[in-house]
Amino acid sequence: MTDSKYFTTTKKGEIFELKSELNSDKKEKKKEAVKKVIASMTVGKDVSALFPDVVNCMQTDNLELKKLVYLYLMNYAKSQPDMAIMAVNTFVKDCEDPNPLIRALAVRTMGCIRVDKITEYLCEPLRKCLKDEDPYVRKTAAICVAKLHDINASMVEDQGFLDQLKELLSDSNPMVVANAVASLTEINEASSSGQPLMELNAATMNKLLTALNECTEWGQVFILDALSQYSPKDEREAQSICERITPRLAHANAAVVLSAVKCLMKFMELMLADSEFVKNLTKKLAPPLVTLLSSEPEVQYVALRNINLIVQKRPELLKHEMKVFFVKYNDPIYVKLEKLDIMIRLASEANIVQVLSELKEYATEVDVDFVRKAVRAIGRCAIKVETSAERCVSTLLDLIQTKVNYVVQEAIVVIKDIFRKYPNKYESIISTLCENLDTLDEPEARASMIWIIGEYAERIDNADELLESFLEGFHDENTQVQLQLLTAIVKLFLKRPTDTQELVQQVLSLATQDSDNPDLRDRGFIYWRLLSTDPGAAKEVVLAEKPLIAEETDLIEPTLLDELICHIASLASVYHKPPSAFVEGRTGLRRALPKSSGGSEGESGGEQQQQQQQQPQQQQPTVIPNQDSLIPDLLNMDINPAPVVPAAQPAFTGGTLDLLGGGLDSLLGGGGGDIAPAAAPAAANNTTSAGLLGDIFGMASGGAAIYTPPKQVWLPANRGKGMEIHGTFARRGGVITMEMTLHNKAMQPISQFAIQLNKNSFGICPASPLHVPAPVAPNQSIDVSLTLATTGPVQRMDPLANLQVAIKNSVDVFYFATVMPMHIFFGEDGAMEKRVFLATWKDIPSQNEVQFSIENINMNVDGISNKLHSSNIFTIAKRNVEGQDMLYQSIKLTNGIWVLTELKVQPGNTTIVLSLKSRATDVAQGIFEAFDGILHC
Amino acid sequence: MTVPRRLKMAKGRMSVMRDKNGKPFVPEDVGVIQLIFKNLKMLGGLFIYNHKGEVLISRVYRDDIGRNAVDAFRVNVIHARQQVRSPVTNIARTSFFHIKRANIWVAAVTKQNVNASQVFEFLLKMLEVMSSYFGKISEENVKNNFVLIYELLDEILDFGYPQNTDTGVLKTFITQQGIKTASKEEQSQITSQVTGQIGWRREGIKYRRNELFLDVIEYVNLLMSPQGQVLSAHVAGKVVMKSYLSGMPECKFGINDKIVMDAKRGSSDETQRSGKTSIAIDDCQFHQCVKLSKFETEHSISFVPPDGEFELMRYRTTKDISLPFRVIPLVREVGRTKMEVKVVIKSNFKPSLLAQKIEVRIPTPLNTSGVQLICMKGKAKYKASENAIVWKIKRMGGMKESQISAEIELLQTDTKKKWTRPPISMNFEVPFAPSGFKVRYLKVFESKLNYSDHDVIKWVRYIGRSGLYETRC
Repeated sequence: MTDSKYFTTTKKGEIFELKSELNSDKKEKKKEAVKKVIASMTVGKDVSALFPDVVNCMQTDNLELKKLVYLYLMNYAKSQPDMAIMAVNTFVKDCEDPNPLIRALAVRTMGCIRVDKITEYLCEPLRKCLKDEDPYVRKTAAICVAKLHDINASMVEDQGFLDQLKELLSDSNPMVVANAVASLTEINEASSSGQPLMELNAATMNKLLTALNECTEWGQVFILDALSQYSPKDEREAQSICERITPRLAHANAAVVLSAVKCLMKFMELMLADSEFVKNLTKKLAPPLVTLLSSEPEVQYVALRNINLIVQKRPELLKHEMKVFFVKYNDPIYVKLEKLDIMIRLASEANIVQVLSELKEYATEVDVDFVRKAVRAIGRCAIKVETSAERCVSTLLDLIQTKVNYVVQEAIVVIKDIFRKYPNKYESIISTLCENLDTLDEPEARASMIWIIGEYAERIDNADELLESFLEGFHDENTQVQLQLLTAIVKLFLKRPTDTQELVQQVLSLATQDSDNPDLRDRGFIYWRLLSTDPGAAKEVVLAEKPLIAEETDLIEPTLLDELICHIASLASVYHKPPSAFVEGRTGLRRALPKSSGGSEGESGGEQQQQQQQQPQQQQPTVIPNQDSLIPDLLNMDINPAPVVPAAQPAFTGGTLDLLGGGLDSLLGGGGGDIAPAAAPAAANNTTSAGLLGDIFGMASGGAAIYTPPKQVWLPANRGKGMEIHGTFARRGGVITMEMTLHNKAMQPISQFAIQLNKNSFGICPASPLHVPAPVAPNQSIDVSLTLATTGPVQRMDPLANLQVAIKNSVDVFYFATVMPMHIFFGEDGAMEKRVFLATWKDIPSQNEVQFSIENINMNVDGISNKLHSSNIFTIAKRNVEGQDMLYQSIKLTNGIWVLTELKVQPGNTTIVLSLKSRATDVAQGIFEAFDGILHC
Repeated sequence: MTVPRRLKMAKGRMSVMRDKNGKPFVPEDVGVIQLIFKNLKMLGGLFIYNHKGEVLISRVYRDDIGRNAVDAFRVNVIHARQQVRSPVTNIARTSFFHIKRANIWVAAVTKQNVNASQVFEFLLKMLEVMSSYFGKISEENVKNNFVLIYELLDEILDFGYPQNTDTGVLKTFITQQGIKTASKEEQSQITSQVTGQIGWRREGIKYRRNELFLDVIEYVNLLMSPQGQVLSAHVAGKVVMKSYLSGMPECKFGINDKIVMDAKRGSSDETQRSGKTSIAIDDCQFHQCVKLSKFETEHSISFVPPDGEFELMRYRTTKDISLPFRVIPLVREVGRTKMEVKVVIKSNFKPSLLAQKIEVRIPTPLNTSGVQLICMKGKAKYKASENAIVWKIKRMGGMKESQISAEIELLQTDTKKKWTRPPISMNFEVPFAPSGFKVRYLKVFESKLNYSDHDVIKWVRYIGRSGLYETRC
């Protein structure tokens, strides 16, 4: 019996017919009907109308039928969430079935039905299945946790599935372990906080390494990929892990091999480069990589892309294996091109003869891209291996003789590079090159040829004629060619001034008068002036010695290379791009290679640890006892999604933004954002008095009456293990202070306070240590004030005024983040001279202007001006335009940034418009909030 | 991959580009309809197409892959104007891995940074599993077995994560006749096998006669310059085992690997007799049943074999390969319309051995109008459709020589394009291992059943075949 007939039913009224068949009493007919439905679904027909009828077939003991119905359900449940509920009962029942295959099938399918209502019902069966006696059910349930996490992450955390999953890491069955690892890895990466849910500690490592020996090939890949993210604490541990991973290199599955290579490449970074162990390991790595080249072409392609990275990182690894990268006639083109790339990377004095004869062979192939690359490769060999240059040049000449158009053009481009590298060595071939002048039609080749003529103008008798011939169609040329032509003719003139004056004038006028291209015009003018003012100087500039060109080209930038090494075997390594370049959304932590510690410095913990290394030197007044005790704190932090928790974490990771990518920015935004808006209403009751004060003191003093926002809860007691912190920032007499109320809600007295601030946008750091006079007794609160300086290390934060704080006391270390009000950075020297103000205002481009409106202001212009003045916002000028009052003000921030503002006040309108201009527009939002706060207080 | 280009292409292929409601497919959808997205790690979906780009199988595992992905691949890869030059394609931030076999396209889709080697290995494995169920992967067979394929896909890929893909095990519970109704013991046996530590063998196998066959099959790859210089040569070998053994036998396999042999011989017996007794293996890989950690530490190959046929190991050698044949080409272009080709092949092995299935393929220029052939042995034919002279010899003894001469007449063409002279390739089969690989022993231990190593009947066979055996001319 064949099933293909199901694909051919396309008559009208089909759905109706199927409906009646689905409701048929005969089992066989039902099954046939469901098959037809699935076939229609496959080719993209909409058969969702049959939903209730198909679901009705679910209650069956025929496993094949059941599977088909489940398949249908997975496809359409989302479009019919209410109907999908009908299926729940069967699922729940199936999860209790005596047959493990059915239990697993049910839990597997249920996880794929992404309907919120169903998810609720999924929890109980899933919990049971995770503890099922049958490993087949457990391994399916392990994956199901990841499915559930994808639908509803918080449910997974709330229901304790994570713990159950972690327990599965110690399961007796290796496949269960492997799937649990896969599931946890996925949840880890998806976890919005970026907190490691799966701690890879030594004990877990051991379990995984044991399971590695026993599980299926795919399971080994999951485990190896997870292992690659582990950071061994020292060289010895790294070595012992490597020893246990090395046998995987002999696995028949290329994925296992490549994942093992990834782990080894990464862990090798932790070891001394010249140690015996590393030498041995590199020896072991080469053969399996070579073997990958005998797999199917698609796998070969992935392998070659990775080998390209590996030889850049460790060139010595495959240096003797050149021959295996020779291109075979029947290789698919993508394999050929990759092999060629690697051949060039491996080319050296020892093998250059062979490489060259191969390349010459390739240059006669049919595929144009491949041929071009081969020709280019010959040129690169000449540049890389000096002794071979001559041979390369003669090979290129041979190729030029073939007169195949694209070969000639490509050859000329590379010969130009050879001339750059070895000046005055091969110019005898120029005459041959010149013969092909007419055939060049690609800009790059034309430009190269022109460059050569210009460079050797003194030795080419008819250089002027040659260049002149290009000049005819000057305006039709590509810019690249135009620029090159201009320079070449100027060179020619400097070398042979007598008979080329006319030519140079011609080209200069073409470039400067008749061209729309600014680059060309500029260059033309520069030459013109140079030549007309000081030909001697012109000679020095134009005929100056050129810097040498690099031997290696197309190298991947080292930090990217390191990141890609961490992604060996993955898509990133195929694209040679970081995951963020092709994966949407947040990509979690950017990976960086671990650094060799070199000495005995202990390193422990996860990925964070590496990022911390540079930290200790920069934070001299340390409150954190030592690294080791800090890490558990970071890792064990409460998983409950309190907004401040994730923000606290980066407080002690150096280079936060670079390493953690975009993920944290928004988190910090969430954490800090709550605080700022809350400030405004709370400040309302101060309004009258402060407003009066402002009026009374007027312009008198800047210091005293600066607006201070009321205190906020920075650290709630439940997070501070009993210590509650309220705080705010103030500026008095030019000194910024951090005002805090420490409230002890615990049973014991708290003492030994210390504070540390993370690097931030304004370089805020404590000017003196935190001084808390006495231990804070239970239920007592104490006000402390910490003087701050702006001389600390600066690092851009987002939001700009974000500040990450660590407070230590006798109980523990606590982390939180807060947003500083911007006005504490407004300097007392912020009044700008009128004239300067005007000039500056004009000078700042209009795209740097940002507008905000501030509402509910019941003050006249003078009131506003006075009030702002007291907070170091200085009114420079006042104007009245068509009934509107305009205030022009200047502010200077402590870091030297000037901000100019314009306030538009309409009488009778409580909304005023604030326009900001500054060279650094990032501060705008903060300034606006400061205005808003000050004016409302 | 700009939008306008795709739209243009859509116009030309209206029939394909319409969706189910007859509305033309708008490629922008690919970018627009993106569902709530999280950082997922594995495959999002898997599609099988015929050569026209019609979907035969479509299985979506993840929410981030929509129906539009199916169309995106068709438009941008299968129907692409220019042949796609990489097996990995990124379209609108979605990555497609594809494998094309005969007329069938298999594409795996993801939006994540997945393990690329795993994806391809999986796809290959999947094709292997499928063909072991229903033979050749063709449109007809895929359509005929679509229910089975869906069932397999459900089993071997869960949420995009590959699960057990061992054919033997899968066949115990997924059959073409629907699912077997199994007894309770059988069920638990199945599940323990799918997940088990020895997932490739079931318990309770019994044979009256315990027997095993070893085939050492080697593929000699050669690239030789016209002057007879070896540019590269290597042997890719494999050991295929057919085991019909009762119980759960532990096997130990010994070969003449240089490392082991040297260690055994010790330093005392440095003076080897002439002749190759051990070989240097560059690299080897094993079936998953082989205990790799044991190989690493003791260099011993021990395993519990699957029942029936499987590939025990693969290896590669590059040193001291005895090349069974040497091809000596002589090409002379006589004017613009004639070419003379003479090819001599020399066999280079013991005269007592016989090579079989010898085939020499001499490429001819595209503008060949006629060929006259004279050969000493075998049959030669000019195949215009393949642009080659194919010379076949059924059998040939060692240390012999044979020759073919051909006169090729060419049409005059004005195309400047040069003929690139593809290499002369050769196929053959010889009854020895060109690398010198030898099986030293294969010991079988089964402690629970009462048969010993001596009772097992063992067979060993060596076959040397041509891989890419090419001589440039």
